[in-house]
Amino acid sequence: MSGREPITLSGWVLDEESTVGLGELCRAACVSAELLLDMVQEGLLEPQGGESPADWRFPATALTRVWVVVRLQRDLQVNLAGAALALDLIEELNTLRERVRALEHQLRPDPD
Amino acid sequence: MEFKDYYKTLGLSQDASQEEVKRAYRRLARKFHPDVSKEPDAENRFKEVNEAYEVLKDPEKRSAYDRLGSEWQGGQDFRPPPEWDAGFEFRGGGFTDADTAGFSDFFETLFGAGGPFRGARGAHTRGAALRGEDHHAKVLIELEDAYHGATRQIRLEMPELDPHGRVRRRPRTLQVRIPKGVTAGQHIRLAGQGAPGPGGGPAGDLYLEIAFRPHPRFEVHGRDIYSTLPVTPWEAALGGRVQAPTLGGPVDLQIPAGSQSGRKLRLKGRGLPGRTPGDQYVVLQIVTPPADTEATRRFYEQMARTFSFDPRTGQGG
Repeated sequence: MSGREPITLSGWVLDEESTVGLGELCRAACVSAELLLDMVQEGLLEPQGGESPADWRFPATALTRVWVVVRLQRDLQVNLAGAALALDLIEELNTLRERVRALEHQLRPDPD
Repeated sequence: MEFKDYYKTLGLSQDASQEEVKRAYRRLARKFHPDVSKEPDAENRFKEVNEAYEVLKDPEKRSAYDRLGSEWQGGQDFRPPPEWDAGFEFRGGGFTDADTAGFSDFFETLFGAGGPFRGARGAHTRGAALRGEDHHAKVLIELEDAYHGATRQIRLEMPELDPHGRVRRRPRTLQVRIPKGVTAGQHIRLAGQGAPGPGGGPAGDLYLEIAFRPHPRFEVHGRDIYSTLPVTPWEAALGGRVQAPTLGGPVDLQIPAGSQSGRKLRLKGRGLPGRTPGDQYVVLQIVTPPADTEATRRFYEQMARTFSFDPRTGQGG
């Protein structure tokens, strides 16, 4: 934990291709398994791999969804259904914002 | 330290009811919530709103704050008057249940640890008892770094508790490998780089959220790259080979004859690398040469006579 270490840190990219189990997701998100089960019930998380929670595999990107849900619950007092709706809208908004940026780029004269 | 006008932050007058405080907070929290808002500076605004609410929602803190007097203005240099907190009865602490790590010095001095309002700071016991907290930070990287992969130094400010239990921000520099093909919004987990575990427990993790610095030439959409390519009217009309810049260097691009401005050409696999690499879309933009000499002006006039061409046909103009 010292300030300036020249060691190069290699991390793990949370992407769609790497997956985690229920236990690992609980630990990484610092939430209870019950909350994750509720989130699966609500359709907020879509595990692959099997019927039994012990066999579930989540894409590593599920972690960021759990964070957002926990923050929305804590900061805005929304329930899980509300968080699910907000999450869908946030994702749609982000996609649209990217589209707008790309389209604005096409309308803009080249900088050189 | 600067005085904080908490009423102004929430857009309220001093005689606002507790209900009004709550309503104003809810509205502003939704507006500036960093997960939802793209307002510039949303994160700081959200913290300010939370800090103001943390004080005004609590009748005890609010009346202590009100006792500072109404002549203070936000941003004024402020020293707490001696014994400002004398004569108040406080409940047993634990009021500050919000994450106060980002709150101002003003808040810390009046309501933070060490004052009468200090609460059980570890009240939100999340996860294993002895594991340090995870930290999150957003980092801006160059698009080229995501394309090629790179090792970069990033400077962060790490919140930590000083011996008096106050939150301080300690700058630190980490050298981090940026994996090839990382995209905006993805997170990189650096194990053990979060907060140290209390009582010698394992440290938490540090999550870096990737964002790209705006690029002068390229726009990113997922793994796809968009760029605009200026072409001459004759290249567009007759077709031809030109060089187009990509993240991996210039490539030859065939302009099909009869192209118009806005035509989108795909360079397959020239976007950000990955299991399914992104593509690059080159949008043609026809640039007309200036008619700034006698010869070029005459040439344009000859074009006008030669072409019986009206691009506005059918526009009703």
